[in-house]
Amino acid sequence: MEENNAISHAALRRRVRYEAVFIGLVIAAAAIVVLNINIGSVPIPVKDIARILFTRQGDPTQVNIIWKIRMPRILTALLLGGALALAGFLLQTFFANPIAGPFVLGISHGAKLVVALVMIYFLGKFGAMSSFALVAAAFIGSMMATGFILVMARRLRTMSTLLVAGIMVGYICSAVTDFLVTFAQDSDIVNLRGWSLGSFSGMSWDNVAAAAAITLAAFALVFLMSKPIGAYQLGENYARSMGVNIKLFRISLILLSSVLSATVTAYAGPISFVGIAVPHLMKRALNTSKPIVVIPACFLGGGVFCMLSDLIARTAFAPLELNISTVTSVFGAPVVIAMMLKRQKEKGNG
Amino acid sequence: MADIYFSTRDLAVGYDGKALIHDISIEIQKGEIVTLIGPNGSGKSTILKSITRQLKTIGGSVWIQSEELDRISQRALARKMAVVLTERMRPELMTCRDIVSTGRYPYTGRLGLLTPEDEEIVSRAMERVHALELSDRDFNAISDGQRQRVLLARAICQEPEIIVLDEPTSFLDIRHKLELLSILRSMAREKGITVIMSLHEIDLAQKISDKVICVKGEIIARYGAPEDVFSEAVIRDLYGLEQGSYDPDFGSIELPLPQGEPEVLVLSAAGTGIPVYRLLQAEGTPFLAGVLFTNDMDYSVARHLASGVIAAPPFRELEEGVLAAARAAVERCRLVIDAGVDLGPGNAALAGILEGARRAGKLVTPEEYKRQRVKE
Repeated sequence: MEENNAISHAALRRRVRYEAVFIGLVIAAAAIVVLNINIGSVPIPVKDIARILFTRQGDPTQVNIIWKIRMPRILTALLLGGALALAGFLLQTFFANPIAGPFVLGISHGAKLVVALVMIYFLGKFGAMSSFALVAAAFIGSMMATGFILVMARRLRTMSTLLVAGIMVGYICSAVTDFLVTFAQDSDIVNLRGWSLGSFSGMSWDNVAAAAAITLAAFALVFLMSKPIGAYQLGENYARSMGVNIKLFRISLILLSSVLSATVTAYAGPISFVGIAVPHLMKRALNTSKPIVVIPACFLGGGVFCMLSDLIARTAFAPLELNISTVTSVFGAPVVIAMMLKRQKEKGNG
Repeated sequence: MADIYFSTRDLAVGYDGKALIHDISIEIQKGEIVTLIGPNGSGKSTILKSITRQLKTIGGSVWIQSEELDRISQRALARKMAVVLTERMRPELMTCRDIVSTGRYPYTGRLGLLTPEDEEIVSRAMERVHALELSDRDFNAISDGQRQRVLLARAICQEPEIIVLDEPTSFLDIRHKLELLSILRSMAREKGITVIMSLHEIDLAQKISDKVICVKGEIIARYGAPEDVFSEAVIRDLYGLEQGSYDPDFGSIELPLPQGEPEVLVLSAAGTGIPVYRLLQAEGTPFLAGVLFTNDMDYSVARHLASGVIAAPPFRELEEGVLAAARAAVERCRLVIDAGVDLGPGNAALAGILEGARRAGKLVTPEEYKRQRVKE
């Protein structure tokens, strides 16, 4: 009887912890949204924000700034940040390594290269490019880079060499993209330069709608996969013995992580470290790696992380704007280094 | 034949379409414990992987009752068969209870949430392997023995009809080996769970198994009840033993005996000789042992360790031939160690042998022998 009590005690403690983390994330998200609207070249007082958000009434300039510029930007940061963290979590599950992510494995850069190619072609020929074509191009690029990594994974037995291979793929794709952007003639492509370094600026409501449709659908699918993901965390063979269809599972994992990182790259360019740092921070905060709680936490946490990073990118040296990756690296890289040191220590003890 | 639970027919297993081991035909009844033994690299794991569908079979078929393994759906198979694998898993931030809970996978719904009944089954499984107190510990922070128990609990809470374990006792100390095997035995006896596993420890395999499969080379070298399989010749052949020996009666193994002309004769009875034999073997002194009735426990050990044994049939008086051999041995050896001989009506004649040795100045007690060695 006593033991049963002890177990339910532990279960209760866990639940309280989960709830605390989620409530904390939601509060942080709300606070950062308000801050993000509040701060900028035209400061908007907090008391006006609620009125404008809920009634759309007030000073027309402020309404415009909020509705046309700041809100779409905040929402894309939220959605794409979530997508990025989720893509990272999926790749970490796939490779059974916490340092895997769309940026380090070169997947973001592959997407970037194909997007740049397609963009230059479309803009040169038609002067415009649809949201859909953008995401499709990024998806093709992601899949190509992922395919390459998977082929390499068959030959390279250790994870560290695979990561080096991924980083090299990233450099090559980046170099080719830079080359293309540098020599592209069209004046429209000036935008491309900012995009290819990563930024949430210039988002329209159309972008938000498309990004929301894709990321939320992918999020729902990933969430529904939390059961097999949990089994896969014990290793491929155990997962199979529990009845997971490994082939189907792995394909789904790759497709979903590619769609997610492609969407991010299509709209905001390659963004570093979110995919590694956020899942790690969320697992630590929740003190578990159970997918059913880690998946929603990653999505929310990634959103918060990117909204905060975007706020800093926008305001730290205003009117100059930093690349989003500059900020995510400053915060994300130390987390990754700390994580590797900790793992090394644990390995030494174990 | 009615209650054959698991069988293979002309099964061939291997990698990349090439058969390593073929013509595996075995039949296992419900609740039996079957052990695969054989040298490292002989293919024990390959067979286990093939019958658990981790590895594609090359030929033949595997049957669970009247269903062919390949035709059983993954979910249905997961409810029949659980595994404990050798691969080290390093899950992140998972408690032991989390690990055990994953065993409920084939029974939970879309999102894998556990019902109170599932939780109850998890608790019972952990209790079964005496791991309840580990519930909240991080799986990566427990000992090998505890880890193996937790993995067994995970398999148990999958509520299987058959559990397949690949070398479950590696890394375990003797206490945890015994604990693990006795849990398996009681599960087999009480719940009728069929157990197939590979073991390194032939002594344990002999004691726990209902059937033993000897894997060597391209075929199953032997398959049957332990009493049929565990003869010294079979084990010697299976593992290619060239040195040392294996005693099938006790399941014990001995290091090779010292080579050369015997220097010492050990006289003993009823177990007094064994420590002396071990001492002599450890220092590499070849020796003779006598005069032992063949039912003496000293005899069983001396057979493996002594260069020669002067033996006599039990329950009767020593015959003249044996006594002559003993006298010759006293003559031949530099020293005679009297490890303690309890004289009775059967071996009264030994008094004469001991007296002869004393007169020749060769007779020492084990203590005297040891002291002498130290001085030298």
